[in-house]
Amino acid sequence: MGFWSFFFIIVFLGLTTQWYGTNKALKLNSNIKEGPKLPSLPSYYGANAFLWLVISVLLFLIVWVFSKPHILDYILIQNIPKALIDEFGGTPNMLIDIIKATDISNIFPGTNPIIIENALYYNKIDKLSDSIAYSIILFVGLTVSIFSINRISFLFKARQAVEKTNINLLILCSTIAIIATIGIILSLIFEALRFFEKVNFFDFLFGFNWSPQTAIREGQVASDGAFGAIPIFSGTLLITFVAMFVAIPIGLFSAIYLAEYAKPSVRSTFKPILEILAGVPTVVYGFFAAITVGPFLKNFVGEFGFTIASESAIAAGGVMGIMIIPFISSLSDDVIRAVPQNLRDGSYAMGATKSETVKKIILPAALPGIMGAVLLAISRAIGETMIVVMAAGIAANLTLNPFESVTTVTVQIVTLLVGDQEFDSAKTLAAFALGITLFFATLFLNIIALRIVQKYREKYD
Amino acid sequence: MTNNLDRVELSLVGRKRSERLFKFYGFLGILIAFLFLITILYSVISQGQKAFFTTFIKVNIFFDSEIIDPQNQRNDEDIRYANFNKIITESLKKKFPENLNKNDSKELSSFISSSEADYLSEFVVKNKDYIGKYKNMWLLASSNIDVIVKNPEMEDLDEEDRLISDKQLGWLNQIRLNKELKKELNKNFFTKADSTEPEQAGIWGSLVGSFLTLLITLILSFPVAVAAGVFLEELAPKNKFTEFLEVNINNLAAVPSIIFGLLGLAIFLNIMHLPRSAPIVGGMVLALMTLPTIIIATRSSLKSVPPSIREAAIGLGATRFQSVVDHVLPLAIPGIMTGTIIGMSRALGESAPLLMIGMVAFIVDVPTTFLDSSTALPVQIYLWKSTAARGFVELTAAGVIVLLVFLILMNGLAVFIRQKFEKKW
Repeated sequence: MGFWSFFFIIVFLGLTTQWYGTNKALKLNSNIKEGPKLPSLPSYYGANAFLWLVISVLLFLIVWVFSKPHILDYILIQNIPKALIDEFGGTPNMLIDIIKATDISNIFPGTNPIIIENALYYNKIDKLSDSIAYSIILFVGLTVSIFSINRISFLFKARQAVEKTNINLLILCSTIAIIATIGIILSLIFEALRFFEKVNFFDFLFGFNWSPQTAIREGQVASDGAFGAIPIFSGTLLITFVAMFVAIPIGLFSAIYLAEYAKPSVRSTFKPILEILAGVPTVVYGFFAAITVGPFLKNFVGEFGFTIASESAIAAGGVMGIMIIPFISSLSDDVIRAVPQNLRDGSYAMGATKSETVKKIILPAALPGIMGAVLLAISRAIGETMIVVMAAGIAANLTLNPFESVTTVTVQIVTLLVGDQEFDSAKTLAAFALGITLFFATLFLNIIALRIVQKYREKYD
Repeated sequence: MTNNLDRVELSLVGRKRSERLFKFYGFLGILIAFLFLITILYSVISQGQKAFFTTFIKVNIFFDSEIIDPQNQRNDEDIRYANFNKIITESLKKKFPENLNKNDSKELSSFISSSEADYLSEFVVKNKDYIGKYKNMWLLASSNIDVIVKNPEMEDLDEEDRLISDKQLGWLNQIRLNKELKKELNKNFFTKADSTEPEQAGIWGSLVGSFLTLLITLILSFPVAVAAGVFLEELAPKNKFTEFLEVNINNLAAVPSIIFGLLGLAIFLNIMHLPRSAPIVGGMVLALMTLPTIIIATRSSLKSVPPSIREAAIGLGATRFQSVVDHVLPLAIPGIMTGTIIGMSRALGESAPLLMIGMVAFIVDVPTTFLDSSTALPVQIYLWKSTAARGFVELTAAGVIVLLVFLILMNGLAVFIRQKFEKKW
């Protein structure tokens, strides 16, 4: 049984169940000439039966989809002769991948006949197991729908049952956010722990040398690799600092202008334009930084006789700053507008000009909120990937000079993980150690920023 | 007293000046941001528009029967294996009467894209009458020639910095004088997937990949997010659990996108053994990322439905659940749609998590199922940007234009839905 025939049978079964349940309830109701009828509307009886059918089928289907690869791998290993496994260095995983990847309709000449035989076998059990699983699921669905149709009686409150099931489904959907967070934390922690088995935790956090090349063959020179993350952290901070250097003044002055000076018509034109900057995909900024800004800066600085790396921190950071402008401006704009009008009126009544009011009254009052906005923007900047991957360097230089090339946490994660690699070298696991550092750093910044913003909001509400 | 007044009068000049200056700074901030936007768009469009057209060269092809079919058997297989590159080179040579040595003919043959030999062989297999005859044909120029034609300023560069030699440039100018050069719509760009040759590479493969990925994202995230939003906004009791849920969703919205990629790599690929580079995995990762956006949009659009609707439904005997599902939710649908489209457009522009799960491979085939290896639009842009050949610069910019067009379309749709269907209460 293929997937689609299974799917259509299930849809048909579901609709039939709903129709039959509703009709049964209607019939029960029409048999009663006097006195109380069924406690719920007939359609709820149909819906209840339908719901249980769908839930049970989906549950079994999900279990099958996730357990199928493991079950099939197990069966396949039983079938492979031991000699062939030994030939592949004793690890059957790679052999299984080769067998699965063999295209049986177009076999490459010279393939090991045992592999071909196993590929055919795999194909067979793949189809067979699907058919068996689908049949079982269909049987379960059928049983569930017969059972729930049989339940229809005067004692059964279908509406309450349907609503309760639905609300539980809604709760289940809401918990996916928690599951995702737990999934992120667990997957990062497990892989990072494996990394720290190989590399000392403090060497990672406080080491000054980062060169993650590990040996391709044994006994190679410099085979250990060095995993001191300080140059990476300093590079990240340098680029973030450059970005903030661009974004904070421009964003803040734009926010002040929009909130205090601009006429409503001007405001309604310029605010969306600023927000377009936030909607431009980061890969576009990366392209802009690498193709336009990098060469431009190189020529520009070259005019004055200086040299600048073509993947300089200033190019990547500057373009990242452009990306950050709308974050700062729209958050600060909200904060500035939330400052109560009577503070402004008081200041004007004392004879202050508008700019004096802004500088002496509004900005101090809005400062906590602006700080929150800046912290959010920083967390955004250190987690930003594509701009730095395309425009910043890969080599970990420990420098504070923005004209040199530096690397960041996200760049390293990408360079360590892109490409086919075995999954237990310190090199790939290092990416997860960097990832967990990044995760907690941004989480920390966000929590503090939200705290500040909330506390500030309460003060004026 | 007058003394004080004078001091105020005097200081007024300076204060007014600083007032004007401050206002100017504010305006300057906006102006700079605006200029940045214009610069980005200009640099993308000025380079990208070049890739929408490509250069063709008119060649009077002589289908030499000595090369194609020396035995005169008209056998399809033999014709396919014939050396059509030689036919192209020999035909090109006839354009230039001067004697050409072996090295020259090599340089000359690099005028035409390597795909054209296959094109000619298919042409001959279908039209066998042409064997032994001449035919004027427009052949696709190679990327280096194309770049020079599109960027005439490069002709002034030194020979090493230019992509073609002085000799080739001379021939190119001669071809141009003979009007045997034309620019035409770059069909490869819109119909093909990636290639090592810039003139044969296209965006279509990655567009399909993005479409498949976003379809999975939509199917997974939309129902779950709407359900979560409805529960949290309308039905959830105020307790520790729902508070924890809300904190979690807000945090999830602020997690850097690359972390989602690490999650996908560790769980979907390494634990669940789903295929690498497949749209289904990309879709799952992006769905987790889009979830908070749609939840927040759902909640705010449910919030904007006035309480009188709920009260009226409950007053007429509906249960809480019925009032939400039958009355409040339908009124909130336009807002939810708007939020969903915006979330999808964000997912379309996202590339970092896709790099982590291997959707960053060189893929020449257009994907057809959710399990095929594929790339996505922004990842293709990244891939082309990382390629050394000069011809890819314009392709990259053209890819950016395509991406931006799709984003504008999606956001335009969102704005349209908001203005057309959203009710102001």
